[in-house]
Formats: sequence, C-alpha cells, structure tokens
Amino acid sequence: MSELSGLLAIWEREFRVFLREKSRIFASLLSPLMWLFIFGGGVGSALSTSSFNYQTFIYPGIIVMSCLFTSIFYGAYVIWDKRLDFLKEVIVSPLSRTTIFFGKALGGVTDAIIQASVLVLLGPIFGVHYGWFLIPLYAVLFIMITGLVSIGLIIGSLMESPEGFGLITSLINFPLFFLSGALFPLDNLPSWLKGITLMNPVTYGVDAVRSLMLGTSTFGLFKDVLVLIAFAVIIVVIGAWTFSKMKV
Amino acid sequence: MLIEIKSLTKKYNSFVAADHINLSIKSGEIFGLLGPNGAGKTTTLMMLSTLLKPTTGTAIVNGFDIIKEPSQVRKSIGMVFQEPSSDELLTGYENLKLHTMMFGVPANLREQRIKEGLELVGLTAEKNQLVKKYSGGMRRRLELARGLSHHPKIIFLDEPTLGLDPNAREQIWAYIKKLVKKENVTIIITTHYMDEADRLCDRIAIIDRGKIVAIDSPENLKRKIGGDIIQLKFKGERNLNSLKKLKFVKKIDKFENGAALTVSDASKHLQEILKVIGTVESVEMRTPTLNDVFLHYTGKEYHQNGESPEGGFFEKAMTYRARSK
Ligand SMILES: Nc1ncnc2c1ncn2[C@@H]1O[C@H](COP(=O)(O)OP(=O)(O)OP(=O)(O)O)[C@@H](O)[C@H]1O
Ligand SMILES: [Mg+2]
Repeated sequence: MSELSGLLAIWEREFRVFLREKSRIFASLLSPLMWLFIFGGGVGSALSTSSFNYQTFIYPGIIVMSCLFTSIFYGAYVIWDKRLDFLKEVIVSPLSRTTIFFGKALGGVTDAIIQASVLVLLGPIFGVHYGWFLIPLYAVLFIMITGLVSIGLIIGSLMESPEGFGLITSLINFPLFFLSGALFPLDNLPSWLKGITLMNPVTYGVDAVRSLMLGTSTFGLFKDVLVLIAFAVIIVVIGAWTFSKMKV
Repeated sequence: MLIEIKSLTKKYNSFVAADHINLSIKSGEIFGLLGPNGAGKTTTLMMLSTLLKPTTGTAIVNGFDIIKEPSQVRKSIGMVFQEPSSDELLTGYENLKLHTMMFGVPANLREQRIKEGLELVGLTAEKNQLVKKYSGGMRRRLELARGLSHHPKIIFLDEPTLGLDPNAREQIWAYIKKLVKKENVTIIITTHYMDEADRLCDRIAIIDRGKIVAIDSPENLKRKIGGDIIQLKFKGERNLNSLKKLKFVKKIDKFENGAALTVSDASKHLQEILKVIGTVESVEMRTPTLNDVFLHYTGKEYHQNGESPEGGFFEKAMTYRARSK
C-alpha cells in the first residue's frame, strides 16, 4: 500500500514538473511539426507515392518519432535529480527501487502520451478521421513508449553528466528513427537495409500506428503488437534492474 | 544499543575515507560527529543510511544490518543531506507532500504532519512558493522539516543548520531537543559549529582522516585537555622552544601573531611563562572550549615532543597530495 502511494507520488511529481516547464513541451513539439510540414511538404511535392500523399504517409511515423525523442530524452531528468541530490532523497526512502523505477517510467509515459496527443489532434489535416481505432492506438503508443522511456531511464541512471547523456542518446535516436520506416516504405529496400530495420523495435511501432491510422501495414497489427510487448517487457526488466544497481 | 557501528570502512581506490569506525549510540542520544572538511563524516552517514556500500565492516541500525536489511534500515531513519536535495520546480508544500507519500505516512496524517513541519521552520506563509524562489536558508529549513516529517526513530543530520541565521538556528536546536525528549528520537548530527555541538550533543566523536580520534561528552573532552588555555598575542618571532622545556606547558599551538598554550594550573604559572617569552601585546586565559578540543585533536600544531614545524608541514602537504589523487 505504501509502495503504491509512493509510486503515485513520484508520478505526480514528474507530471507537475512537466506542466511547469512550458518551454520543454513547446520545444519538443517543434521538431515533429517541422518534419511534417517542411520536410514532408518539400519532399512530398517532388515525389508522388502510389496510394498516399507523402505527408500523410509519414504522419504516423512522425508521431512515433515524437514519442521516441521525448521518451529517450526523459532519461536526462534522472541526471538532473542526481546533480541536485534530489535522487538521494528519493532513494533513501523505504520505497523499493522497482517502485521508484515504475513511478519514474509512468511519469515519462505520461509526458510522451500528452505530446503524441497534440500530434494526433492534427489527424483531420491528413485525412485521418477519428473512430474506435483510437483505443488500440493509445494502447500501442503506451506499450512502445514504456519501452522507450525505459531506455532513456537506463541511460540516465548510468550517466553522470547531461553532456554525456546527450551524446549517447543522439547516437541512439537517429538510427532508431531513420531505420524505422517512418520516412519511407520498407517494401523496396535493399535486403541489408531491410535486415537492419527489422531488428529495430521502432519499426513495428511505426507499422502499428500506420496500420491503425491509414489502414496499411507491412507486418500486420498482430505481429507488431507482439514485438512491441516483448520489447517493452525486456527493457522494463533491464531498467528495473539497472535502477536497483544505480549508485548515487 | 540502537546504533552499533562495527569497523565500518570505506575506500575510494586506495584512499580511505572512513577507517574502521566503531561506535555505539544509545536510544535517545544526540550524538555529534565533528571533524575537518573531508574527514569522512558524510561518508559515514551515507553508509549508515544505506546509500553507500561499505568496503568492509557494517553497522546495525535499529536492530537491522545496513548491508543485509537496507530497506528495514531506511524505514527507521530520516536524513537531512548536506547538499540541497529538494525539487526546485515544486513548492515547499509539494516537496513535503511528496516526502510524506514516499515515506509511508498514512494518508489521514499527512496534512497534519505537513502543517506541523511548515510551522516548525516558519515557512507556512511561503508554502505555495516554488523552492526555486526560496533563499538558501529557507531551503535548508524546508529540508529539515521534511527529514523529520515522517517521525523517524533515528535521524541523521548532515550540517543541518548550515547557512541559517542565529534565530533560526536557536529554534531548530530547541526543536531537536524537544523531539528527543518527547519522542525519544535518536540523532546523529554533523556540524562545524562548535557552539552547536556543545549545546546539543550528549556525546561527540571527533573524526580526522577517516579515523575517530576522540569520543566523549563535551564536558569530558574539555576536561581531558588537561589544563587551561593561555592565549598570547605578540608581534614577530618568539623562541617557543624554550617554553617546551617547562613541564606544565602541555601543548603549544602557534598562530600567525601569537600562540595558544595548554597549561596545567595556568594562573599559577602565568608569570613564569611571560618571563620566558618576554613582553606580549595581550594575554588571555580561559578554560578550554570545544573549539580548543577540536584544534587539539585535528589542528596543525607544534607538538611538545615530536615533529618539527617543517616536518609537520611537509608531512601534511604529502597527505594532502595523497588525498587529492
Ligand atoms: N565519490 C568519491 N570518490 C572519491 N573520493 C571521495 C568520494 N566521495 C568522497 N570522497 C573523499 O572522501 C573524503 C571524505 O569525504 P566526506 O564527504 O565524508 O567528508 P566530510 O567529513 O563530510 O567533509 P565536509 O565537512 O567537507 O562535509 C574526502 O576526502 C573526499 O574527497
Ligand atoms: Mg560532509
């Protein structure tokens, strides 16, 4: 019982801090919007894909990108907590490290879901009409974000400096994004490239979101969801374990 | 014994930050840890609160082993850290709320505890301000209220009154005393304020370079100095060596423009000392304070027999270099 209220307390704290940092929300929306309208608009005018307009095609991919960047970046706040010794205050509490990890993760998931929702609101611009698919959509986002946030937390718990964190995460973010099929269809890729994208969990997130929003899929929603669940479970377990080993 | 520290040792590579510390602390005791910067006070408290793993040795806190049962230990303690540890983007109230929730204060008691805490440290009016906007002293007070708000059995205070004004400090002392009396709380406190240690602590351990060099009640520590302090002020160099020959001069601490002597039966021997040293600008005679005790055990001084000033300095310089590696 006290573990639960501790978890809620940590979650609530993350949420309040998120709401207070308006610039953080704004800044992290800027880059998906630029991708959608500048990159998507530019490339789209030069290129005509068969069934969709290019902007519509990358729209689900950009939602996933926003989730990816926000989730991984969230791990940086662990480093700020370390620098302020706030982390010591949390860790000296009777709460188990697993609870602390889940509280933190839930906070990050909330942030990323809110950011993604702002992008989901743009749906009508790209001809997406809302319906029941929103429920499985949010389920998919939740599962994928849980895994991604955990990656961020793992890196944050291992690093000492925000600079180091930035370096490592940019090395992770961009391959995960570019090799996910967010910006191009996977069907006609050379086989070596396709092989890499198949190992990227984000690929399945993009495919699932695209399948729910646009009704087109490479792997099928069922397989996407299975892969995402496996990914999230594995990373969460590793994350809880790294938190239990974290030094302050 | 509520806290039993057994040969507790922490090594950072080859540097020993805490060196086989042994201590027993009774329930209801206010125990002071004094020592120069880098002596190992924080390191010791961090091990006791299970945040840092000892290299060797262990401690029993409230009946639980800090290595084998860390979560039970954490349930028994409250901690005020030396460095700022509140969330700047939360208000004072929210910081306290978060703490009481994490530390398992039952929901129906939380508001009451928060209110008490805010009143104790005089932050009721500022409770809805972001901590970012607090002054250093206000933060300190908030963190103190926070550390006590879950009514732990044992409290570790790492320089709790650092940066507080004299009024706030008096209030905190009064509260700590009240807490111990009413709730039978046990406290380990580190501080660099000797008056604070003297006023609050039942017993004091002086720790230097990771080792405990003295441990007793403040009164006994002062008594053990074995004499009174004669403080001399003078200009230029004096031949202090000739003082060393006098039997009743137990110790000589040289300062820039003077020296402090530890002398048994000081009033009787003052004349003789002045005869040896020549005219001085001023003389002050007093019974030892805790400050003198501190300097006695940790200070840079001329020992009566033993190291020469050069040797002493050289030795110290070497240890500093060894430490900074
Ligand atoms: N993570 C670390 N790595 C290496 N050395 C460390 C580390 N943490 C502390 N030390 C060293 O251990 C020694 C003891 O430090 P500690 O913080 O316990 O001192 P302290 O008695 O609390 O001093 P102060 O009065 O300045 O707070 C210091 O010399 C410090 O440099
Ligand atoms: Mg310290």
